[in-house]
Amino acid sequence: MDTYYKPEHLPQFSTIAEGNKKLADKFFDYYAEVFKAGALSAREKALIALAVSHAVQCPYCIDAYSKESLQQGADLEQMTEALHVAAAIRGGASLVHGVQMLEHVHRQVMA
Amino acid sequence: MGAVETEKLIGPRATTSLVSRASPLASSAQQVQVLRRLDLKDFPVKLKPAAIDIFQINVGKLCNMTCRHCHVDAGPDRTAEIMSRETVELCLAALDETAAKVVDLTGGAPELNPHFRYLVDQCVARGKQVMDRCNLTVLLTGPCRDLPQWFAERGVEIVCSLPHYRKRNTDLQRGDGTFDKSIEALKRLNAAGYGRGNPRLRLTLMYNPVGAFLAGDQKSMEREWKEGLAANHGVTFDALIALNNMPISRFLEWLESSGNLQAYMETLVNAYNPATVAGLMCRNTLSVGWDGRLYDCDFNQMLELDARYADGRAAHIRDFDPARLAARSIVTGRHCFGCTAGAGSSCGGAIA
Repeated sequence: MDTYYKPEHLPQFSTIAEGNKKLADKFFDYYAEVFKAGALSAREKALIALAVSHAVQCPYCIDAYSKESLQQGADLEQMTEALHVAAAIRGGASLVHGVQMLEHVHRQVMA
Repeated sequence: MGAVETEKLIGPRATTSLVSRASPLASSAQQVQVLRRLDLKDFPVKLKPAAIDIFQINVGKLCNMTCRHCHVDAGPDRTAEIMSRETVELCLAALDETAAKVVDLTGGAPELNPHFRYLVDQCVARGKQVMDRCNLTVLLTGPCRDLPQWFAERGVEIVCSLPHYRKRNTDLQRGDGTFDKSIEALKRLNAAGYGRGNPRLRLTLMYNPVGAFLAGDQKSMEREWKEGLAANHGVTFDALIALNNMPISRFLEWLESSGNLQAYMETLVNAYNPATVAGLMCRNTLSVGWDGRLYDCDFNQMLELDARYADGRAAHIRDFDPARLAARSIVTGRHCFGCTAGAGSSCGGAIA
């Protein structure tokens, strides 16, 4: 393998069934059901997926959900705002741990 | 149309016409060649026509806009390709020989043809449902300002282009300032009674993707367009139809120059949906060109793939023969994958 990520792997996703078809079928059925329009629209789900794709830093998902967001009628401004939600949560997740840091500091440093 | 009149047509410009740039793709034969050279499978279905329900007349290529995705290569410079009064009369005579209920008027901006109002009145007098494919911004130009009320008095259905309910994508595709002008035109249509649930004053929005991807779920988009336009602009409409972009003319040029052509065509081919075939518009539509030539659809018209009688002769409105036309085979090519991809695409929106 000359590189870990290859664009052609994305359309080959279904071949993951080779090792266990039953689990793959269950997963892909579930996946298809998740993305159907329901209480949330197909566009809103695509934008959530796009944000999560960036949070988990999956290039396959970024490829797929950039296209899907556009196809479901999102524009660049909406897609960018979705990414900032991911970035804010990622950044916030780091920063909020600072409260633990503060507790350690307050416990160990003479007031 | 004289120089002074065309000057009034200055509207949003996203690009210029292929013809004005003497681009090789201004030639329909060149476009067909580009599509044939691609490493792709050919369109898999042979199609025969059903009865003509929709009589579609393209009254010319003149337009106040020059959108990036235009499959007509329309623009303010296309003053030569305008349907004459004589051809309009031939269209009306042919219309009388069919049982078509709908007359679908397109262009260019059809409203700019000097015989447009006469044609509409004649079709309305014949009891036809008349549909005007409107770019919206033309309704703000001098000679067309009264059209919303004029249309309303005649019950003309308005099918208008709006690629997004927000500004950015609309202006990218159709030129800076288009969105604001489109909203103003929609407000005038609303004021004339359009888009408020009255079946006689139906206002339909038409969505084309702003790039190399397919149209999404039409129903879902309609809901969001309705919410977005009502909340942000106080505009209402009756329905949204979603059409895929066809790899023809200026959209073909953009696909080629942006390196998206092969991948877009593969997307169309891979999304081929056999369930769309029965409802393809080429089966129940007859498309008349500005010069009276007959086609299976507006896309074949732009590629100059004429409808042909069984003896191979190209069909023309002056020798309109519905029985012989009914026996023809529909001309297909790789561009036809645009109408069969995903939920399908027709002048009436999604098919499947």
